[in-house]
Amino acid sequence: MTFQVVMKRPESLTMREFTYCPGCTHGVIHRLVAEVLDELDMRENTITVAPIGCSVFAYEFFDTDGTIAAHGRAPAVATGIKRARPDLYVFTYQGDGDLGAIGTAEIVHAANRGEKITTIFVNNAIYGMTGGQMAPTTLLGMKSTTTPYGRKAENDGYPLRVSEIIKETRGVAYLARTKVNTPQDVRKTKEAIRKAFLAQVRGIGFGMVEVLSTCPTNWGMDPVKSLKWLEENMVPEYPLGVFVDKVGE
Amino acid sequence: MAERVLVKGTEAMGEAAVRAGCRLFFGYPITPQNELPEYMSKRMPEVNGTFLQTESEVATINMVYGAACTGTRVMTSTSSPGYSLMQEGVSYMACAELPAVLVNVVRGGPGLGDIQPSQGDYWQATKGGGHGDYKLIVLAPSTVQEAVDLTVLAFDLADKYRNPTLIVADGVIGQIMEPVTFPDFVDLSQLPTHDTWALKGNKGRQKRIVAPFDLDPYRLEQMNLALVAKYEEMERNETRWEEYRLEDAEVVITAFGTVARIAKSVVDQAREQGIKAGLFRPITIWPFPYKRLEELSKGKKLIFDAEMNMGQMLEDVKLAVKDNAPIEFFKRMGGVVPTPDEILGALNSKLGR
Amino acid sequence: MAKAKGKIEIDQERCKGCGLCVSVCPMKVIEFGDNFNNKGYHPAEAKHVDKCIGCGFCYNICPDVCITVYKEVENA
Repeated sequence: MTFQVVMKRPESLTMREFTYCPGCTHGVIHRLVAEVLDELDMRENTITVAPIGCSVFAYEFFDTDGTIAAHGRAPAVATGIKRARPDLYVFTYQGDGDLGAIGTAEIVHAANRGEKITTIFVNNAIYGMTGGQMAPTTLLGMKSTTTPYGRKAENDGYPLRVSEIIKETRGVAYLARTKVNTPQDVRKTKEAIRKAFLAQVRGIGFGMVEVLSTCPTNWGMDPVKSLKWLEENMVPEYPLGVFVDKVGE
Repeated sequence: MAERVLVKGTEAMGEAAVRAGCRLFFGYPITPQNELPEYMSKRMPEVNGTFLQTESEVATINMVYGAACTGTRVMTSTSSPGYSLMQEGVSYMACAELPAVLVNVVRGGPGLGDIQPSQGDYWQATKGGGHGDYKLIVLAPSTVQEAVDLTVLAFDLADKYRNPTLIVADGVIGQIMEPVTFPDFVDLSQLPTHDTWALKGNKGRQKRIVAPFDLDPYRLEQMNLALVAKYEEMERNETRWEEYRLEDAEVVITAFGTVARIAKSVVDQAREQGIKAGLFRPITIWPFPYKRLEELSKGKKLIFDAEMNMGQMLEDVKLAVKDNAPIEFFKRMGGVVPTPDEILGALNSKLGR
Repeated sequence: MAKAKGKIEIDQERCKGCGLCVSVCPMKVIEFGDNFNNKGYHPAEAKHVDKCIGCGFCYNICPDVCITVYKEVENA
């Protein structure tokens, strides 16, 4: 009997250690994207478009050519890349401030045009990089540095369900909302990410996965507790599921 | 013998871009340049190119950024308020050293202003516009033929220096129709490939990034110093201007774009009235021809700057002329285009005639 | 039938001591070590690796790609 490797660092990740906080699920999602790039043999033909946010350094961690987009504009940058070089693959990796606040127009229109790009949307209900301000996806009553008394609907509006908006644009080929707070859900998220990339690889249309994620630092709790908090608070607000699947098997 | 065709300025710049090998155009509607994206929407499919009407000027400039990352020739056009929206993206492109051609068909401002021609974006174009230390080569055509020629040049300069080139055409250039000759189609296989830096997929090589930033201040300083050196090279090599009847001139009219064209009539009419006038017309409003204007201004009776703005190029004229000669200024604003008579009348009164 | 046999290796210097792997391991293989790594964390260690079944839960939840998972296979 000998031991054989069954799970290890995917090739599409560089050796760089992640700059994310301990327990931040960005690292999990990066790994899933890299596993998919490996399995679909896409790495050498893929351009990474990093956002403004904690994952601004995403281009350091993926072993692909890459760039950084202005805040919210990654879907437009990706559109520019894809229209210039339709033979290349391109994905955007964006947080909830980048995609859900300043970038709402760009993501809606990229989806509506059915741009053959893939978007990984990391939703942790807070602005991480800038130190914990309210995001469009921050929950009602949730405290942040700009909602010190808790988010109030009458002043700050409601948590924004981005996938439900994107669902209504007809260029979408794959759209799902998943979570990564249990190992089983991590596997399910990988499958969704795989399909979102297949939507591009097979030339069907726009693919996006909204991944409910944790931010232990700005939620003010330890990483293990964050997994539980996500389950109890975010899942009721942001229903999981596959909204659009034109990819099939 | 190349044929002469009657064409509107905006469309002429579009066709010139196609001749220059541009096969990618992103744009958003805004008056008075809509004919350019409309023309490209028809023309690009004819040449196997891509046209995309975007959701905003903000999206537009970021699509231009993305396309430029791949080393592909790309263009957009807009007008003043739209160019304001593009400033963050332009700053990003300058930092990341990305080539592209941008066209601003300038209208009356500030704010929503109006849709008439103006020269009110000179400062925005030449002194920044976006944040940070950067410059763009800015070309100011004064006829539709020149707009065609400068559009082709703009692509070459953008590729040569890895920097966006801006064409500032006021609304008159955008809208008038004149006979032009278009250049031959560039052989697409001869276009610069930018293989040393462009994002094309890292098959068989190390990955690379196009980065509009560096969080380490010492490294960012080095990046900035390299950009400064590049801009100094542009100043040495790319300054362009026109001199009209300046050989024996005592009065130098300075103007750019459409006003320069009007000023040519003023020069001729002034000469008929016995005033030895001439015109100094910057073609690159950045890099500005300070040295030549300084030389020319020595011993002159008057430097007379005429613009459709509150005195924007005037500041550069003053920097060039220093104490060499007195300077007077003529302005129209709000989108009003002056007549030669008006300018000549003002010149006469400044000369005490 | 014997339970699947697995093995994990945790990169002690990459680990940030977040504790997610400790919390999900069904066999309680992983515990925090007593020493500090270069980052100043107590890294997770496969203290009871003989209990490992190679399920990969730790690998899946680890945000820093610290873990390599092995499974025992019959020699040919």
